Amino acid sequence: MDEPPKPRPRRLSKHQLLGDESQAEQGLANPAVQMDGEKAYQTFSQTEGESSAAEIEEIGQAKSLVNDLKTRRRQRQKELSKLTTPKDDVSGELKTVKMKSKQKVEETTKEGLAEALAEAREAAEVKEETTTMPVETEDGTVPMPTEAEDGTIPMPDETTARTEEGTVETSRTEEEPSIPSLPVETPKEEPAEKPPESPPTSRGLSLRARMQSRLQKAKEKAETELREEAREERRLKDKRQSTLTRFDTEMSEIDIERLAEERRNKVKQRWLKMGMTVDMQDSGMPSIKMAHDFFTRHWGSEDEEEPAKPEVKPEKKPEETAEEEKPEGEKPEGEKPEGEETEPKEPEPAEGEAEQEEETTDDKQPLLGEKDEDELGFGMVVMKKPEFIDPKQQEELRKKLLFLPSSRPVPASEKIIGDVEPRYLEEEGFYVGVRPQIPARNQNKMEQRLIRQPDNKGRVWFGEDGKVVALPDPLRPSPSRPAVPDEPDPDLETVFKKAVVHEYDQRYIDGGIDGGGQYQLDVDINSLEFSHHHLFSREHVLAGKLFDLYEQYYIRRKKNMTEFLREKLQALKASKLHLEEHITNNKSEMSASDRQNYEKRLKDYKYEIKQTRIMRDREEDIDRTLLKNNIHTWKELKTQREEQAYTNTSLKLNITSEETNKVEDQVWWKNEIEEELCELREEFEEEFKHRLEIYNEQMVALEKQKEEKEEAKKKLKKARRGSQGSKSSKASKASKASKSSNDLSEVDRKALQDIIDAPDLRDPDPPEHFDENKVREELKKKALKIRRRPGEPILQLLLTSSAVVTPTNQCPRGEQQRRDNVSHTKLFVTVFFNHKQVCQTTLKPLSQDFTVNFGYIYNLKIVQWPESIKYEIHESHGLGSTLLTRLYAGIPEPSITAQNVQLDDFEFSSEHIVQFGHEAVGSGVPFSFKAAQSPIVILMTTGTLRSSVSWGVDDNGLPLIPPISNPTPSNIYHAMKLNDPVAAIGTSGVMNLERLAKWFEQARLDPNDPANADLVYLLGTKGGESQLGPRDFFRLEQLLEEFNMATDEELNENKRFRLIQMRDLEVPEFQNYKFIPPFEKEIARDAFVEYDKRQREKNMIKSDNIEVRHAAAKRNMQKVRETVMQYLRQEAHQKVFQDVVKEDTLPPFIDLISELLNMAEPKRPLKPVRKKLDPRPIIRGPHDPPPYILVNVIRAFDIPVRKSGLSEGAGGQTTRRETIPNIFDNTLVRPFVEAIFQETITSTSVIEGPNPSFNEELQLVLEAPANDYSCKSLQKITDSVYLNLFDEVIHNVGEDDGERRSTVHQRIERKWLGSLRIPFSTIYLNSKIDGIFRVNKPPILLGYTTKESATDTYLQLFITTQPPLKIPEPVKYKFPSNEKEKLLERAEIWQIEVETKYPKRQYMTTVVDMNCKTVFVSRYLKSLKPPEEILAGGPELVAWYVSLIPFVSDAFIFPGMSDIWSTCDQFIQLLAGDEEEHAVLLANYFMSMGKITWLVTGTAIPEGPTCYVMTKENEQEYTIWNAGTAESFSQRDSRCPLLSIGCLISHENIWANVHEADKPAKLDFDLSKTANWKPFFGKGYPSPGLSSIQPEALIYEPVDESSVLLLKETIEQALKNKIMDWRARFITRWNRHCTQIMRKILPSLEETCGKFPNAQYLQELETSFSQYKVSGFPLHMPFSNLENIIETLRATGVHAQDTSDIEFALAVYVKAYPSSILSVWVYVASLIRIR
Amino acid sequence: MADRSVFLLMASGQIETAEFPEFDDIFLKYSFVQGLDWMITSGIENGMTQISKKSRDQKQIFVYNFPLDITFKSTNPYGWPQLVIQAFGLDVFGNEVIRGYGTCHVPIVPGRHKLCLPMFVPESASLLQMFLSWIMSRRPEFIDPCVVAQGEGRDVTRVRSQGFVEVTFNILTKDLKKLGYDVLPSDVLNPAIPESVGVKSGDA
Repeated sequence: MDEPPKPRPRRLSKHQLLGDESQAEQGLANPAVQMDGEKAYQTFSQTEGESSAAEIEEIGQAKSLVNDLKTRRRQRQKELSKLTTPKDDVSGELKTVKMKSKQKVEETTKEGLAEALAEAREAAEVKEETTTMPVETEDGTVPMPTEAEDGTIPMPDETTARTEEGTVETSRTEEEPSIPSLPVETPKEEPAEKPPESPPTSRGLSLRARMQSRLQKAKEKAETELREEAREERRLKDKRQSTLTRFDTEMSEIDIERLAEERRNKVKQRWLKMGMTVDMQDSGMPSIKMAHDFFTRHWGSEDEEEPAKPEVKPEKKPEETAEEEKPEGEKPEGEKPEGEETEPKEPEPAEGEAEQEEETTDDKQPLLGEKDEDELGFGMVVMKKPEFIDPKQQEELRKKLLFLPSSRPVPASEKIIGDVEPRYLEEEGFYVGVRPQIPARNQNKMEQRLIRQPDNKGRVWFGEDGKVVALPDPLRPSPSRPAVPDEPDPDLETVFKKAVVHEYDQRYIDGGIDGGGQYQLDVDINSLEFSHHHLFSREHVLAGKLFDLYEQYYIRRKKNMTEFLREKLQALKASKLHLEEHITNNKSEMSASDRQNYEKRLKDYKYEIKQTRIMRDREEDIDRTLLKNNIHTWKELKTQREEQAYTNTSLKLNITSEETNKVEDQVWWKNEIEEELCELREEFEEEFKHRLEIYNEQMVALEKQKEEKEEAKKKLKKARRGSQGSKSSKASKASKASKSSNDLSEVDRKALQDIIDAPDLRDPDPPEHFDENKVREELKKKALKIRRRPGEPILQLLLTSSAVVTPTNQCPRGEQQRRDNVSHTKLFVTVFFNHKQVCQTTLKPLSQDFTVNFGYIYNLKIVQWPESIKYEIHESHGLGSTLLTRLYAGIPEPSITAQNVQLDDFEFSSEHIVQFGHEAVGSGVPFSFKAAQSPIVILMTTGTLRSSVSWGVDDNGLPLIPPISNPTPSNIYHAMKLNDPVAAIGTSGVMNLERLAKWFEQARLDPNDPANADLVYLLGTKGGESQLGPRDFFRLEQLLEEFNMATDEELNENKRFRLIQMRDLEVPEFQNYKFIPPFEKEIARDAFVEYDKRQREKNMIKSDNIEVRHAAAKRNMQKVRETVMQYLRQEAHQKVFQDVVKEDTLPPFIDLISELLNMAEPKRPLKPVRKKLDPRPIIRGPHDPPPYILVNVIRAFDIPVRKSGLSEGAGGQTTRRETIPNIFDNTLVRPFVEAIFQETITSTSVIEGPNPSFNEELQLVLEAPANDYSCKSLQKITDSVYLNLFDEVIHNVGEDDGERRSTVHQRIERKWLGSLRIPFSTIYLNSKIDGIFRVNKPPILLGYTTKESATDTYLQLFITTQPPLKIPEPVKYKFPSNEKEKLLERAEIWQIEVETKYPKRQYMTTVVDMNCKTVFVSRYLKSLKPPEEILAGGPELVAWYVSLIPFVSDAFIFPGMSDIWSTCDQFIQLLAGDEEEHAVLLANYFMSMGKITWLVTGTAIPEGPTCYVMTKENEQEYTIWNAGTAESFSQRDSRCPLLSIGCLISHENIWANVHEADKPAKLDFDLSKTANWKPFFGKGYPSPGLSSIQPEALIYEPVDESSVLLLKETIEQALKNKIMDWRARFITRWNRHCTQIMRKILPSLEETCGKFPNAQYLQELETSFSQYKVSGFPLHMPFSNLENIIETLRATGVHAQDTSDIEFALAVYVKAYPSSILSVWVYVASLIRIR
Repeated sequence: MADRSVFLLMASGQIETAEFPEFDDIFLKYSFVQGLDWMITSGIENGMTQISKKSRDQKQIFVYNFPLDITFKSTNPYGWPQLVIQAFGLDVFGNEVIRGYGTCHVPIVPGRHKLCLPMFVPESASLLQMFLSWIMSRRPEFIDPCVVAQGEGRDVTRVRSQGFVEVTFNILTKDLKKLGYDVLPSDVLNPAIPESVGVKSGDA
């Protein structure tokens, strides 16, 4: 914008030139413009005064013109391109703009031309009608014809104009919005009434100026050129120009016409004036001049399109010289005034005309749009794909939607209905009120709006005078809003009310803060006294100590326990004496009992005396020590004072001594000792007596023992002697003794021996005699210690505070500081009520004797229940304060009131540690006294606070105590308490039941008391009545029972609940069950049938029946599947961040940097690199067409050929063929491929020859279950794509030769040659399949033969889906594992290592087993024995056996889960598995056969990632086995479907293929070469010796032949029935003979494992059916279920013979192998009798 | 199945305004999420509003006045429909980024309701990622926007609040009471008990 004016206009003109305007000038109208132009032309001519009939003519002309224009336009464009490109010194940017605009021009012209024509025609019609009957609306296409006729509507004009521009202009769009609102428009609007005025704004001006300069140039150039142009062309141009202008002038038709005439004349003159030669031959047509007029005039705000006109620049260049250009470029300033002043009226006519015409045309655009909407937009809701709307179009659309009312006045003619002249009531004398002042602008706007309303609804708003209908005086006399008085109404005044809390709060005494009760606590804080303070000096410490000691002393002395005890002792002694006397005196008289009684009393006395004495002694001891300590401390204090040379404390201990009589004392002393001694002696003697007795007893016992021993010894001796000599004569003598001894001999001897052996009793110690001296000494010693010595003065202590404290100024510095500190220390106490501070004392200074007097009584008015009252004692020094301690005062009893309360001492201590540099000892720090080597002391600040808390008393002496009872329990809790015993006893919220139990025990509550029953219940009984303990359960919700609306049984029985439950558990049958009915009765009766059946089947007993066995296997699989699914479901519901939030993962650091560097790169590089797109799920709308499977059948090889085609002699047709030339029969084969998937069947066309090249794309609709195309659902699709190869055979049917000449009657037959089955899962998981596939061909194909060399037929296919489907992401579940952590780690590292090197190869270390556990893969390999009968058949039979186990993709069994490996026994049990299960089983069999075997992972056709088995035959020979098909290939066989080998797995190791190549043929299988084969277990990580997870041996169930036969019958019958069903329209005959022969063939096929059998049978077949044309084939498949067999048969299309003249033969053979593995053969043939 | 008992829920209303204090140029996408027992009988399930600029006054709100009109059919209040709103806007670099997710249940009580949906966005997993996402204009988004209408998987996310969206609903229900669901206060006083719901007649 800041550029000098010259380059700018040029630039503008440049692309305007390229835009439509340039063409307009040259007759190459932009289509949109063109269309306008044409219409404009028509109206123009009309206004010129020509009859409207002429228009029709002109339409014709216009048509021809349009054609003409097209051709011209093309020419122009060529020219333009030539002209614009070179020379120009314009920047590169301009060029690009040019290019763009050119493109746009092209587009628009193409689109527009057609439209233009149609519209022109329409416009003409409209015109016709509008002129004659202006009010009538036309058939809906033109809703506002009157408007179109009467005047212009600013909006559509503007919008169209803008859109036109929008197409061409890009750079100027920003300017546009401002332009229309510029005031410059006004002069042009009402030229008839007002003179032109209001110069343009500066911005508009400069722009305009530039434009004008351009225009000027353009004008001149154009003129020269124009002269050469054809007249029509010019005419068109003029029309165009006029259309391009649009003004909101209000003019009557007549006016317009008149004005137009005038203007035109003026224009002519002006042009002449300017010296331009313009040919104006045709007066009716606006001439070139007009066209230029258009440019020269002043364009106000609406000049958006004018700048688009000035173009011609490129043309000018070749024509004009640079000099010419220059003056023109300078012109703008000069010309501008001219443009404004001289031609203000000039543009009017053109505009006026234009307006009218434009209306008709312009109106049409929105109208058409509306029509569209009526059809599409407002009717039904149409779901559409999200469409991209071209910004251009969007702009247009938006303009259509938006309406900017212009502020120009609406022409009166528009406002009045009909052709009536406006009637001015005022002039007629009616009263017309004075309307309120409204800005004309607003009024106009409103009028515009009204007039614009559809269907002329707005017209009724206008009166006859063309003004908006209004009351004479529309204003109400009184304002509708009442005035607000200045002074507020007193009733409305607000009253302040204090905020109150109403809710009940237990903390408050009255339930609320404003409860009304008055309760008061009086807290009295009296004084504080420190027993130790950190500012204590040493002297203070001592003084304190002394004070304490004295206190004790004082108390003791007051009590005088010693004296009391002494007296008591005296008294006791006296009574004792008395008693003794009494006893001695009355001894004789006393009865025994009395004596005893007295004795006892005496004894008691003695005991009492003894005890009293001990107590007295102790008291005396304490007294004396206390006295000593007192004196000692005082001494210490004195020395301290002396040492420090000053006195701090006023304490002084006065010791008064009382002289005593020493002699007296000594007597007393002696007496005392003697007395005690006497007592002791007595006591001792008594004891001595007792001891002596014991001693004597013991002595006696000892004696006795000795005697006994002696005797025993004698006896023994005697006995011995007796026994020795008894045999002789002494019998009589010693008979008795000996007898007795003999009698004793056994028992008593032992007893005697015992007596002898018994240990000798100890000699008892004789009791000691009383040692008087020793005792006396002891007594003396004791007395000395505890008693005042004889003659020692009695000391009396008196503590006074009479010592003079040394004045501060006389003290040393340290002391001065200390005292200073003390005087600066102040203390205060804060009181907390319920942990809230309520008051605080003022600061009180600490006195030098460390006491503080507060003397405050605080009255606390309380509303809350008191919980605690706390004091905090703070000490402050100057600014800060430290908390010394916290004290808790108890809540006073209700009886304690202010009247009777007494001060309490609250002792406290502080843990505050303070240390000083001066004399003070500090607190919590060790210090020692200077004096002696006194021990180190640590003292903490301690003290007492004297205070009290009591309930207040009011003036009447009534205590202000809250009600004593507990807050009344509210009703809410009441119900709860019924259920909660703990709450019931008033201790709700007791959490610790243990403690409660303990309390229960301690409180000794009676468990039998009914009042305690709740509690007893709560605590329960644990191990008997006595032991109470908490119950083991926790009651989360006690009221749960209350909410059980139905019993559990009822819930379980309810079908609806069951359904809901099942759905929630994601049980397959109910997983996405929709619309569970609200009532049980509405649930379908069979809702659970399927599920229940399945459940029942699950538990069914095994049967011998083979079919049942297979069904059982299926159920087994179902079970396994369920458990796995269950696991996966759990896994799926455990989400991690990445599952929920989509965020770019953190790239590695290097990438990060490059990423950041990338930012500096240009956003749109010149050579863009293709970016890889995120595989995002394709979101499918519900109405999107279903995806397709695209099967591209490219070609087929080695298709069997008809025998009849090869050998002419075969069959009876030969003769006929010779007679009737039949081109079809000459061909070898006419194959075509038919693809079947789900419901769709499509086929290729027929190509002749055994190696046809089809190159055809077949589309198969993919229908997902329930129209759900999610991964999960797609994986469940079990359908396969069947590709059947057919031979089309055409028979001539015409019977009659004569007829045959005139008519051709043929029957088309198709003969099945082979098929290929590709499971959908394979296509889906591989996303595309590309390769050459072997077609499964029956071993015998009757009527066909193949070349010897090629026995197999191949199809080249490319299969994919359209659009591509989202492939399930590989399972990222982390499965648990029983493997060692280290092994798993290694596996992961190893795999990543090789995978990064060869990402496309299939490497495998761990797999997931049936239990969803990660297992190391080589554990699967273990030598397992095949059944004996199979083993005999060699490896081929073993492979055959394995291949007979049905194939089921894992993806089907376990959707959402790519691979699960089952062990061999599971595999055989389930009778289903995919490649890896087959391969593992085969490998294990081979291992047991002694072969060196590996499991091969890799990629194959068509399976994709798969597993094969490889065996080593000899050094260089390896065989690769496809376990699924029992095929074997040499490693070098090019037909081997295995394309790439990832790794080899043996039972002990894994070798990753790190060859450059991966094709088996190119590999060196020497596994010892680590450069080629990277082993898993190597030197770095030796094998830990992994055991196999396979069973020890496989158990095979023997075959039940009878059930096999039964099965065979079943199959055969079922198939026959099916065939008959399929061809229900025709009779199906069965040829028994043929069946018989076929039955013979089938077993031989089985024996050869599907190889070509003995030709003998075939010959037999052929010979016996020589008069038939036989076509048939055997089908072989493993048995899984009957449906599969039927399906396969159906796919062959054997039945599709639309004639009754045919016979069928069908034979079934079932060969059973152990474990119910069945091989099924079906031989089917059709026979046509050859006539 | 034609005679099946169903109730109808008709919700009409508007997405009226939004408040995103720090952003401008916001447009919203809405969608209804409902349970398995629900079906949309008429109305548009999801839609997108115009881009709105915030008002130049103090309130700084975005005005949409975007109409919502939908009718559901259901047998079971389980899975009551929810309105899920996503807000998008331009960031400093002119890229379109997520500005918020929000959800609310369609009100269950007939009548007019004005709801204020708090809007939030998931946070980046780490600070560095946050910086990167800012630089590259790829803010973390929910893989499935409907995740905000359910509880599963939310525990792993951290979100930040962004603003509010105000929605008004006019709710009409039909036959809700017939199925025994009382939602109005007057219904609760006189509950409707269909025969086949709850305790069997014999037990009562």
